Amino acid sequence: MSIQEFLSIFISSVFIYNVILSRFLGLCPFVAISKNTKQALAMSGAVTFVIIASSIVTWLIYQFLLLPFNLAYLRTLSFVLVIATLVQLIEMVIRKTSPALYRAFGIYLTLITTNCAVLGAAVLNVDMFFSNGKAVAGSFYYSVFQGACMGLGYTLAMLLMSGIRERLELCNVSKAVKDFPLAFIIASVLSLSFMGFSGFSR
Amino acid sequence: MEILIAILVLGILGALFGIGLAIASKQLAVEVNPKLEKVQHLLPGSNCGSCGNPGCFSFAESLLSGKSTAEGCRVCSDESKEKIAKVLGIVFEKSNKKVATLFCHGGSKVKDKYLYDGIQDCIAANLVLGGQKSCVFACLGFGTCMKACPFGAISMSGESLPVVDKIKCRSCNKCVLACPKKLFSLVSVTSSVYVACSSHDLGRDVKSVCPVGCIACKLCEKACKFDAIHVIDNLAVIDYHKCTSCGECVKVCPAKTIRIKE
Repeated sequence: MSIQEFLSIFISSVFIYNVILSRFLGLCPFVAISKNTKQALAMSGAVTFVIIASSIVTWLIYQFLLLPFNLAYLRTLSFVLVIATLVQLIEMVIRKTSPALYRAFGIYLTLITTNCAVLGAAVLNVDMFFSNGKAVAGSFYYSVFQGACMGLGYTLAMLLMSGIRERLELCNVSKAVKDFPLAFIIASVLSLSFMGFSGFSR
Repeated sequence: MEILIAILVLGILGALFGIGLAIASKQLAVEVNPKLEKVQHLLPGSNCGSCGNPGCFSFAESLLSGKSTAEGCRVCSDESKEKIAKVLGIVFEKSNKKVATLFCHGGSKVKDKYLYDGIQDCIAANLVLGGQKSCVFACLGFGTCMKACPFGAISMSGESLPVVDKIKCRSCNKCVLACPKKLFSLVSVTSSVYVACSSHDLGRDVKSVCPVGCIACKLCEKACKFDAIHVIDNLAVIDYHKCTSCGECVKVCPAKTIRIKE
């Protein structure tokens, strides 16, 4: 466990392997809810929150349940189960404790159950911080930190996209590409530019 | 053996989560407005979205907050709308579709003041001495309203008058705003009688330029049993709150200005 490790996790999961623009995970909200910055931020906040929470729980499940019983091949199934339950639980807790936050997250929190970025983060954590069926030193902290950084990368991509799309609303765009086709074109250009970061890869 | 462990582990995990969620939902239950449930039960539940809300649940929420009325739902029967109104404690009013109606029937029957040869558009023509018609209130007949209608509900008749298709009209108000003479207004579908004239000129002045204009003879006022039609400022005006569309005024109108919509 060292500061360099954390820094490298930060750079790689925010920029080089950006969850949306390089790994292509969690694309539906990227196109659907990126029309205005406020909503995009609410969605990214909810996603970040759930990724961190699920990183913690999936790591515990993998370390203390799946590995001892030699059931590593069941990880996708059990992770889906965990994430679905977790999101439901979080929704209930937030609804009970903070109605204002519940209203701010709105429908997005429920939608995250099916967001592949969350499952992707959990699987990546397990792939990267377990070797030969054993957790590497400081694996738990790495997992949680990587989860947070992936959420941050998600927020970055959503912010970029919504900012651009908000400005494009005011532009005179040809009818044939207006709205969604244009969003796809922007997404591809953004993704291409993020590909440039892979030059910094270790 | 291995498969048994797998089944057991996943099964127990699933059961635990299930029980946990069940307990949590009881523990963390948030009391919702009981009216919400009742209203939601009365809504069709098809989540069609034609009310403008993402689904029946959010429509129920906006009903409770008073942002919308039961009329917003196009699927609901009148019966259940009435029940919803009862739950909400408000009076239910039957939906009232409105149709754009042209308050002029002159068209080519109105004499021309001069020969207009400019841009074929009512707004352009209106800029030249208020249009080519001798009656300053008359429909100019270049179909600006037809071009403004997004639903194709307005067509021009042979007498160069716009004709509104009752079914296609969505009462969007575009034609009302587009007409430079302000001849359109939205009238309820159920009120079929209307005064097809907007001229405030004196009777003889109207008579000299248009055979179908209102001459303010007040015969309709006398014929009306419901006190619903009055001649105000040289023009018969119907009060639609009182009018029952009985058609008495249509019978007595000498210039056939008062008409029944087809």
